[in-house]
Amino acid sequence: MIYLRLFWSFLQIGLFSIGGGYAAIPLIRAQTVDLQHWLTADQFMNLAAIAEMTPGPIAINAATFAGMQVAGLPGALSATAGCILPSLVIVSLLSYLYTRWRELPVLQGALKTLRPAVAALILAAGVNMLLQAVFGSASAVQMDSVSWLQAALAAAAFLALRKARWSPILTMALCGAVSLLAGLI
Amino acid sequence: MSRNRKLLTLFLSMLYISAFTFGGGFVIVTFMKRRFVDQLHWIDEKEMLDMTALAQSAPGPIAVNAAILLGRKAAGFSGMMAAVLGTVIPPVAILSVVSLFYRRFSESRPVALLLKGMQAGVAAVILDAALSLTQKACPAGEWAHMLILAGAFAATFFFHLNVVWIILAAALLGAFLSLRRGKGEKEE
Repeated sequence: MIYLRLFWSFLQIGLFSIGGGYAAIPLIRAQTVDLQHWLTADQFMNLAAIAEMTPGPIAINAATFAGMQVAGLPGALSATAGCILPSLVIVSLLSYLYTRWRELPVLQGALKTLRPAVAALILAAGVNMLLQAVFGSASAVQMDSVSWLQAALAAAAFLALRKARWSPILTMALCGAVSLLAGLI
Repeated sequence: MSRNRKLLTLFLSMLYISAFTFGGGFVIVTFMKRRFVDQLHWIDEKEMLDMTALAQSAPGPIAVNAAILLGRKAAGFSGMMAAVLGTVIPPVAILSVVSLFYRRFSESRPVALLLKGMQAGVAAVILDAALSLTQKACPAGEWAHMLILAGAFAATFFFHLNVVWIILAAALLGAFLSLRRGKGEKEE
């Protein structure tokens, strides 16, 4: 049955993608294109582009997209359910272990050094995002590809968030609106 | 806050955050920090960092994992379900519609312009949250923490090391240091 196959394929994707979107992409490709032939390579490229342009985790986006293509809305829902089931079980267990053992000295020590590392990871994600927004690419930064509008938007947004405590979603939406207006004029 | 009220707040907050959060798992985590740490005060910065580490090292989408951790902490099993539903509904709804006419969507110039500008906004949101979290994770004078921060940043930014290894290494280092300190105290 196609719903079960969608469920099962995306359950494997959910179970084996550790570390978020970029780890999930090759797994999604293997399941949907190479193994099950639900999507063509071209459709997969479109999916990757759309996932980048729409909110939400890429694995959920892929589950919905592939499910819709193969079996409509029920397909999308079974694939999504499969994708999040491993998380529900494993992360619940981790949550239990964390609340139960977090007072242990060893775990306290581990968490203490973990926090600056995680802060660094978030900081790096922010810097990458900034380079991507201003230079159009995080890996090939060149002065002639700089977008001054984007740089100004990012700086203004940062000040609005930091100094005026604007809501992040409002700030982001305004940035989008300014870019749209500037591009269309 | 009554229990039902809390579940509703949890569901609506995640729905709202998830509907507007573009980009990877770290983006949603920073939006969650603004909502649940700064506005609602359900958890503190340290717990947010711990949850981020757990969400990142467990299998599955980071946003879903973070929603599970937060939901459980706020209101147990039903809290988890409320938070996960809130996180999953927007992408499923949006992708279901977009998948019907995806070519027009991905080639539209207004959509591209809008998203480009939002990227600049997202970068600012992440940097803002990252700075607050960094200040919390590295109290003034804690040189060891500054070193770990710099090392982890270099490992991911310049050397593109898998984040799971970075998290594992930092946790093991801390566990090792605290074990050694514990032993030293006993011998004295």
